[in-house]
Amino acid sequence: MAEVNKQAIQDYATRLGDDAVVIGHRVSEWCSKGPFLEEDLALQNVALDFIGRARMFYSYAAELANDGRKEDDFAYMRDHREYQNLLLMELPRGDFAYTMVRQLLVDVFNLYYLEQLQQSSDETLSAIAGKAIKETRYHLRRSSEWVLRLGLGTEESKKRAQTALDDLWGFTHEMFDLDALEQQLADAGIGVDNTSLQAAWTTQVKSILEEATLIPPEDEWKVKGGREGYHTEFLGQMLNEMQCVHRANPGLEW
Amino acid sequence: MTDIIPLVSAAYSDRLSRRTESAIPEVWNLLDEVKDPEIPALSIWDLGVLNGVEQQDDEIFISITPTYSGCPAMGTISDDIGRVLSQSGYSRFSIKLLLAPAWTTDWMSPEGRIKLREYGIAPPENCQQGACQKIACPHCGSTNTETISEFGSTACKALHRCQDCDEPFDYFKSI
Repeated sequence: MAEVNKQAIQDYATRLGDDAVVIGHRVSEWCSKGPFLEEDLALQNVALDFIGRARMFYSYAAELANDGRKEDDFAYMRDHREYQNLLLMELPRGDFAYTMVRQLLVDVFNLYYLEQLQQSSDETLSAIAGKAIKETRYHLRRSSEWVLRLGLGTEESKKRAQTALDDLWGFTHEMFDLDALEQQLADAGIGVDNTSLQAAWTTQVKSILEEATLIPPEDEWKVKGGREGYHTEFLGQMLNEMQCVHRANPGLEW
Repeated sequence: MTDIIPLVSAAYSDRLSRRTESAIPEVWNLLDEVKDPEIPALSIWDLGVLNGVEQQDDEIFISITPTYSGCPAMGTISDDIGRVLSQSGYSRFSIKLLLAPAWTTDWMSPEGRIKLREYGIAPPENCQQGACQKIACPHCGSTNTETISEFGSTACKALHRCQDCDEPFDYFKSI
C-alpha cells in the first residue's frame, strides 16, 4: 500500500464534507416552500441527513488537522475558492422537478460511492460511509419514486423534469473524474476510484429515466472545476447566506 | 439440541449480554433515566443508542451510537447522560460517539417496541430497507394501512395512515 500522509486524508474528508454541506443547504432551502406539508418535512429530513454527514466528515478533518479548528470552522470559515464540492451540488434548487431530478442523480452516485468507501482501509471514512449509505438507500427510494411520478404525471410535470435533466446532465460528468489527490488515495485503498462507478451509475439512472419516459440527454457538454475550487457564481452567494450568522458572531454556540 | 429459535435479534442479544455481564450494572440501570428527547417513552437503552458502559479506575466511559447522521437529539442525549451521572455522584466520566458499527433498529429492545406502540408509534418491522407494506396500526392493530410519506416529523419516522380506523400515525423506520 502506498504511503499516504494525513494531510491528504484531511483534504479528502474536507471535500466530501463540502459535497454534503452544499447539497444539504440547497435542499434545506425548501423549508416552508415544499409543495405540501409532508413533502416539506421529507425534504428537511433529507437535508438534515446531508448536513449530519458533513459534520462527520468535517469533524474527522478537524481531528486530523489537530490545529484547534472544529467542524464549524470548516463549514463557516472557508471561502468559495477553498470549497471543493462538485458543481452539481451547488446549483440553485430550481423548481421541485429540478430538485428531485438532481437528488436522483446524486443519490445513485452516492449509493455506489459509499459502497466503495465502506471498503476503505481508513476506519473512520469506512464508518461514516457505513452510516451514510443506509440513509442514501432511503433517499434514493424516494427520489426515484418522485422522478417516476413527475415523468409519468402531467404534461407540465414531465416537461419540467425533462428540462431539469437537460440542464443538469452536463454537470454529472465531474462525479466520475479523478484528480491527483483522489488517485493517490484510491491507489492506497483509502479513497474511491470514481471512474469505476460511471458504468453502473449510467445503467441505473437510464433505467429509471426510461421507466419515467424521460430521455437521457446526449453527452454534448460538460462543466467541471469544483474539485479545483473553480465554482459557478452561485456557490459564493449560497455561502454568503450560509455563513453570515456565524461570521457575525464568531465562536458563538447555543 | 441443535435448533434454538432466538426470540430477539442477534444484534440485540449482543447488546443485552454486554449489559447483563457488566461489572457496573448500576450505571446501566441509572442511564435508563435518560430518554430520547423526541420520544420520551423510550430510554436510550430501549432505542439502541446506549452501547457501552465501562469503568477504568474511577472514570466511567459511556459509548453511544448516533441514530441518524443529522439527528439533533444526540447533543441533548449527551447532556442528559452527563447530568444524570453528575447527580448520582459520578464526577469523572467521558462520553464517546461510536460511528461503527452503524446504528440499526435491530438494536431496539423488545420492551422499547412495546412502549413505542403504546405511545402511538408503530415500531420498526424487520424488512428490506424499510420497504414494508404491511405496518400494523398502533391504535387499532389493523394491517390495512398505507404510507403517506417516507419521512415524518423526525428523521427516524415515516407517516402512515390506517384505512380501518382512519387515524394517521408515525412509523419508526427500519434501518
